[in-house]
Amino acid sequence: MFHWLEKHPFFFAVAVFVTIAFAGLIEIVPNFAQASQPVVGTKPYTTLELAGRHIYISNNCMGCHSQLVRPFKSETDRYGHYSLSGEYAYDRPFLWGSKRTGPDLMRVGNYRTTDWHENHMKDPAAVVPGSIMPAYRWMFKKDADIDTAYAEQVTVNKVFKTPYNVEIPMVDGSKATVKMAATLDEAHADALEEAKMIAADMKDQDVKDAVEAGKIPEIVALIAYLNSLK
Amino acid sequence: MENRPLEYDYTVAKWFMLATVVLGIVGMLVGVILAWQMAFPGVNLLAGEGLAEYTNFSRLRPLHTDSVIFGFTLSGIWATWYYVGQRVLKVSMAESKFLMFLAKLHFAIYMVVVVAVVGSLLLGISTGKEYADFEWPIDIAVVVVWVIWGMSIFGLIGIRREKSLYISIWYYIATFLGIAMLYLFNNMEIPTYFASGGIGAWYHSVSMYSGTNDALVQWWYGHNAVAFGFTVPIVAMIYYFLPKESGQAVYSYKLSLLAFWGLMFVYLWAGGHHLIYSTVPDWMQTMGSVFSVVLILPSWGSAINMLLTMKGEWQQVAASPLIKFMILASTFYMFSTLEGPIQAIKSVNALAHFTDWIVGHVHDGVLGWVAFMIMAALFHMAPRVFKREIYSKSLMNTQFWIQTLGVVLYFTSMWIAGITQGMMWRAHDEFGNLAYSFIDTVAVLHPYFTIRAVGGTLYLVGMFLFAYNMYKTMTSSRRVEESELQNASPMGA
Repeated sequence: MFHWLEKHPFFFAVAVFVTIAFAGLIEIVPNFAQASQPVVGTKPYTTLELAGRHIYISNNCMGCHSQLVRPFKSETDRYGHYSLSGEYAYDRPFLWGSKRTGPDLMRVGNYRTTDWHENHMKDPAAVVPGSIMPAYRWMFKKDADIDTAYAEQVTVNKVFKTPYNVEIPMVDGSKATVKMAATLDEAHADALEEAKMIAADMKDQDVKDAVEAGKIPEIVALIAYLNSLK
Repeated sequence: MENRPLEYDYTVAKWFMLATVVLGIVGMLVGVILAWQMAFPGVNLLAGEGLAEYTNFSRLRPLHTDSVIFGFTLSGIWATWYYVGQRVLKVSMAESKFLMFLAKLHFAIYMVVVVAVVGSLLLGISTGKEYADFEWPIDIAVVVVWVIWGMSIFGLIGIRREKSLYISIWYYIATFLGIAMLYLFNNMEIPTYFASGGIGAWYHSVSMYSGTNDALVQWWYGHNAVAFGFTVPIVAMIYYFLPKESGQAVYSYKLSLLAFWGLMFVYLWAGGHHLIYSTVPDWMQTMGSVFSVVLILPSWGSAINMLLTMKGEWQQVAASPLIKFMILASTFYMFSTLEGPIQAIKSVNALAHFTDWIVGHVHDGVLGWVAFMIMAALFHMAPRVFKREIYSKSLMNTQFWIQTLGVVLYFTSMWIAGITQGMMWRAHDEFGNLAYSFIDTVAVLHPYFTIRAVGGTLYLVGMFLFAYNMYKTMTSSRRVEESELQNASPMGA
């Protein structure tokens, strides 16, 4: 049979393809519907958080920080409850990372504050002596891309039925609603409102002035995202 | 006319050889910068505060991985394809104007993609998935390049004179099919600009898969991009170049059959080993773990087949630096295909995952196996495509030892770093509290990061020697006759 295949390239290629394809079918397909169900308490991202998430991705934060707490005592002691599949239901893409040069950030919003992040992003070694993380000072000057974040909200809401503007059950039995604006202008206004609350906890005068003037520096969006990781 | 030997046309092979050398240096130079940044964070500001955004570790890291995988390695694969393909199918590129045009188009579009990738990654335009960082416009261009390569493969096969496909061709076909399937499925994404009616950045997209599913597809891709980029085509190379250079027939046809079909069958199952103790179902993690161990068989099958091909001819290893490169490559192949399965065992993975041990594993595979084999292939091809002898044998030997030392420093330091950090993360004191804060586990790695940076720098120095040797071979070496090109490559002192 193999000799025959080696003389018939088309059938050879078909045989190779079948051999390599079916592992994927068996491993990936059965789990698809189940794994995309959110657990109670999982909310989609607001416009500002999503803009922050884009900044996290574009600076490849996941190159050094995981977002996956494994079910070991040493990890739950350090980072909090181990990760559940449904907690990632609205993560497109997933940001588990593959290397922990720095600590896991899955639940960083539980134990770090706006103030801490501000100082840390400006000069990591000043906050954590011995840190090898580079500083991200340009994030205090560049503005976040709210348009693209809003475009993504509209897209996931339309295509994947990501639940914006509907009630979502919370762990304590209450309901929460994450707003998606009806227009781009409204999205900007909403994001600015959220940004003002974060800027109020910050010390950098340039950032405060920028937010006062209706702008949203990258650092504000990024902190909004980091604070949402719980 | 009838009895004249075939004149093969190596135009496109030469272009890809050049791309391999240039992109190899770029990718490894960025890697060396990253290594020094981890040892001495001040290097993040190497171009000053104003350009910090473009020179810091996080922006450069995908540039390193992508330029080594999709720059250096892919160029090497294509350089060898446009050389080996013609020779084992016994047909010249010059015989078909259409295939020649396709091959040139292949190179041209690929170059455009390279420029687009470098630019977009530096600007921080990324989908966020490792080794699949490119946004949708580049993805489409990649698919075009791939389809053209596929047409080139099957076009050349279509007009072949040698009816039976040589082992290397099996592996090139598998590379083409495997990457095509994986890349397409993993990069399924929706452009937000169009879906939202024209809002935001035009190039931005959102993944079709979310969370755990996205992770599953990504590591099915990520692991097997390694399979079909770093293993399958490199095996294609060694099956051609080692017998050719040594003048020895492949040891066992049956073993090559077993290794090929075994590899095809087993490799795809092993992707789950990247997700052990994550939120994917336990049975998948176990499958990933078990199949990773099974994977030793077909991997070692090829490697042993290559080593036994040298049976009775071991003096060639001492005599020829070119054979040295290939034997070291297959040794490192055995080594890293044993190391990988060990890391995939659940209890080992609990320690090794997220640490530098994984980084060490990748690099003993890529530096020791992939890059050594690609450089050996280019050395073997150079006298045949340029009709000149290899410029300097002693320079080759020097390069070999410098780079071998570099790889050894690299993986030994990363082993120690990874295991040290993994042990410190999990250490508890007598009261059951964590023994170390995270930063303790970073500070302790400084000496190992420094040793790794030295190892990487040595390897890069070897790359420059390689580039110089190739350049001199191309331009000013002694011209050789066809009769000198039967087996062992001619080399100058």
